[in-house]
Amino acid sequence: MEIKTDVKESSLILLKQGAEARVFESNFVGRRSVIKERFSKKYRHPTLDSKITLKRLNAEARCMTKARRLGVSTPVLYSVDPVLHTLTFEYVEGPSVKDILLEFGSHGIIEERLDDIALQIGVAIAKLHDGGLIHGDLTTSNMLLKSGINQLVLIDFGLSFTSTLPEDKAVDLYVLERALLSMHSSCGNVMDQILAAYRKSSKQWSSTLNKLAQVRQRGRKRTMVG
Amino acid sequence: MKKMIALGFEGSANKIGVGVVTLDGTILSNPRHTYITPPGQGFLPRETAQHHLQHILPLIKSALKTAQITPDEIDCLCYTKGPGMGAPLQVAAVVVRILSQLWKKPIVAVNHCVAHIEMGRIVTGADDPVVLYVSGGNTQVIAYSEGRYQIFGETIDIAVGNCLDRFARVLTLSNDPNPGYNIEQLAKKGEQFIDLPYVVKGMDVSFSGILSYIEATAVEKLKNNECTPADLCYSLQETVFAMLVEITERAMAHCDTKDVLIVGGVGCNERLQEMMRTMCSERGGKLFATDDRYCIDNGAMIAYTGLLAYAHGTVTPLEESTFTQRFRTDEVHAIWRQKKEPSNMNGLMQESS
Repeated sequence: MEIKTDVKESSLILLKQGAEARVFESNFVGRRSVIKERFSKKYRHPTLDSKITLKRLNAEARCMTKARRLGVSTPVLYSVDPVLHTLTFEYVEGPSVKDILLEFGSHGIIEERLDDIALQIGVAIAKLHDGGLIHGDLTTSNMLLKSGINQLVLIDFGLSFTSTLPEDKAVDLYVLERALLSMHSSCGNVMDQILAAYRKSSKQWSSTLNKLAQVRQRGRKRTMVG
Repeated sequence: MKKMIALGFEGSANKIGVGVVTLDGTILSNPRHTYITPPGQGFLPRETAQHHLQHILPLIKSALKTAQITPDEIDCLCYTKGPGMGAPLQVAAVVVRILSQLWKKPIVAVNHCVAHIEMGRIVTGADDPVVLYVSGGNTQVIAYSEGRYQIFGETIDIAVGNCLDRFARVLTLSNDPNPGYNIEQLAKKGEQFIDLPYVVKGMDVSFSGILSYIEATAVEKLKNNECTPADLCYSLQETVFAMLVEITERAMAHCDTKDVLIVGGVGCNERLQEMMRTMCSERGGKLFATDDRYCIDNGAMIAYTGLLAYAHGTVTPLEESTFTQRFRTDEVHAIWRQKKEPSNMNGLMQESS
């Protein structure tokens, strides 16, 4: 424990300030690591805030490890501190899928690479869903491609939960679809490719994709309902 | 040359409004009338349409009189095409068709949600903010991208205003001036925070579960004297607004934007504004918000947005001047924002002034 606090004080480099957490680069017993600290939100009622912060910290730790058990690559979890609201995990080197797709948008698409990314995303989500895990925040900024081996790594399980309902799986996919549409409309039908891969590798694809069609419908209609 | 002037008609929900504006955003007049139902009741399409029919002509007269203009001086007639309730929308659409033929003026159909955004932008001077549009019928987090107002997050069931309105009915709070205002006032007296479901799914939110939960527990808890109606209002506001601020912040992180603009009827709520302001200042950004004159549905916002489109060459032919209950924000091509705005707008204003 002493080593950890020592290191924390000496070498914390802020990598990113997200919406609800600060991400630092650090050292965990000699390994390059990431510390994710959830901070309290001043705008939130204190009771609500501590409830949400702790719930998401626990969910993230549990779901990250569960995803690994299901064969989806995530950073290795090193430690959890419920008092400081921090998680310490492996540092994954590589760009986010968001950056890659944005580059495709501005410099032209490399079809082969895009196909591979879409395939990996589809397969990864299928594994999670078949194992009863919902990511909850599937956006392209929460997907990394490990440098060198180009392996997809899912991060940020802060909104994850376990469920086997087709509804939850469909909403999970729908969130991704919308994120792709709003951010990467110039990359063509990435979502179709992702869904094709999902369909091939998920055992329960039919109920999920049927539900997805319903969820999309709901989306269309939800402007102005009494 | 004279300034371009538009007359706008809004009647998508329980307010009927007529506004006169010029292209630089000056509001010459903006009268409106609200259909207020007794406590415990919401507004139904048929009665609301009848209300609009009764008030639209006097409103047009008073709008023209206050603005001190004659129909001859108007450049175009703008109306809300949707989204909204069918019957009330029809009133404005029919009136605008008749006036267009009587006065020989072109029609411009306007999307209600886009009108809220444009009004908010011109009133506050926000350039390219993330927009939280919250009202009785809509809950959306919007940002401009590639020629359209893209929806980044929204409710997957009912709107936040609908949730508040329906809870106000459970407590039989007054609908005058609006249920949300009365919830806000009562919430100020709340002391105890009651745990409610908190439902954020990525950048989307859901309110129907919270409503069912609070509808069921409210009756029970009030009966057992475990809490007061004020506590319930307070807890409901704290919970749903925290959800809204959270998804707005997510969208900001996603689009790398610092400023937020709140529009729509619920945007008048000062507690929501306060929470959003806290969040923005933590991120080094600014909150842009307006008061009830612009937040709540009005004719001027329709007139202004229609005029922007008209100034860029958009006209709706008579046979296409229909209305629709479902009209997504991202279906509209925001042509007035496409080219580099400052130079473009200056050019237009010089032409017309």
